Amino acid sequence: MGWQYTIPGYLIVFGGLAIYIAFTLRRGKRLAEQLPPERRRFLD
Amino acid sequence: MKTEVVGTGSRGTRIVGSIALVLTALLLLFGLVLSPPEISQGDAVRLFYIHVPSAVVSLYIAFGVTLVGSVIYLKNGSVFWDLIAGAAAEVGVLFLGFALITGMLWGRPTWGTYWTWDPRITSTAISFVLFLGYLAVRRLDLDPVARSRRAAVLGIISFFNVIIVRFSVQIWRSLHQGTTLNPADTQMDNSMLFSFFLGMLAMVATFAWLLMHRFRLAWIEHQLEEDRLATAIAARRGEASTFNPGTI
Repeated sequence: MGWQYTIPGYLIVFGGLAIYIAFTLRRGKRLAEQLPPERRRFLD
Repeated sequence: MKTEVVGTGSRGTRIVGSIALVLTALLLLFGLVLSPPEISQGDAVRLFYIHVPSAVVSLYIAFGVTLVGSVIYLKNGSVFWDLIAGAAAEVGVLFLGFALITGMLWGRPTWGTYWTWDPRITSTAISFVLFLGYLAVRRLDLDPVARSRRAAVLGIISFFNVIIVRFSVQIWRSLHQGTTLNPADTQMDNSMLFSFFLGMLAMVATFAWLLMHRFRLAWIEHQLEEDRLATAIAARRGEASTFNPGTI
């Protein structure tokens, strides 16, 4: 009883996290390539 | 030959990310498989292991970091703290969205409705909208300093609503339960209690990992925005120096 609410809840949370993580990491990688190495403070 | 890895990752993020991943795997195992269903809520109680941690992490940790970052920024103009405040707010809004959705999914089988204008739920939804507004202000096409100052003021004002969320169940008559979990005096099954604390640890570790990445991304965006501004100013100065009034 209740699985029809529990499964969508977990899918939304962990699916949403996966999408946000993928977006953030990809954008970070793409933009970091445009930044010269001497200005990558806080990136180590 | 060693290839340079370019991005927002580092040794620190990989350590925190690994911890978050292990805790999340354990949460899924205990939350969905090893812990028992509850007598009256059935398997919907499993939503509790992600709903409460998402709400706690967003309201008290993420928006708390935004409050601290905003106050420090207004005090000394530190770009670091301004970016930390913005990064924490963005991750916090994501987690608060999860808390609202899982709360609605839990409410349907337990209360018989997805939504009710209860003080705790309504004040939480207001927090969600306030911090969405905060993120919108951070994206305004303004002078970066003016934009950061306005965002910091809004971040501080928005946190007052978090205090209202915290005490809403005591101030008003509320359908939402107040503090019901006291580890020193609980009748909860041990595996359910363990799943709940795993949920808390997993969400805190995931938040910390995301905050590191999101801050670094914000730092890169800030650097590139400064470059664009410097290039635009140099171009305008170049145009001004070659301007010949006699040609008009």
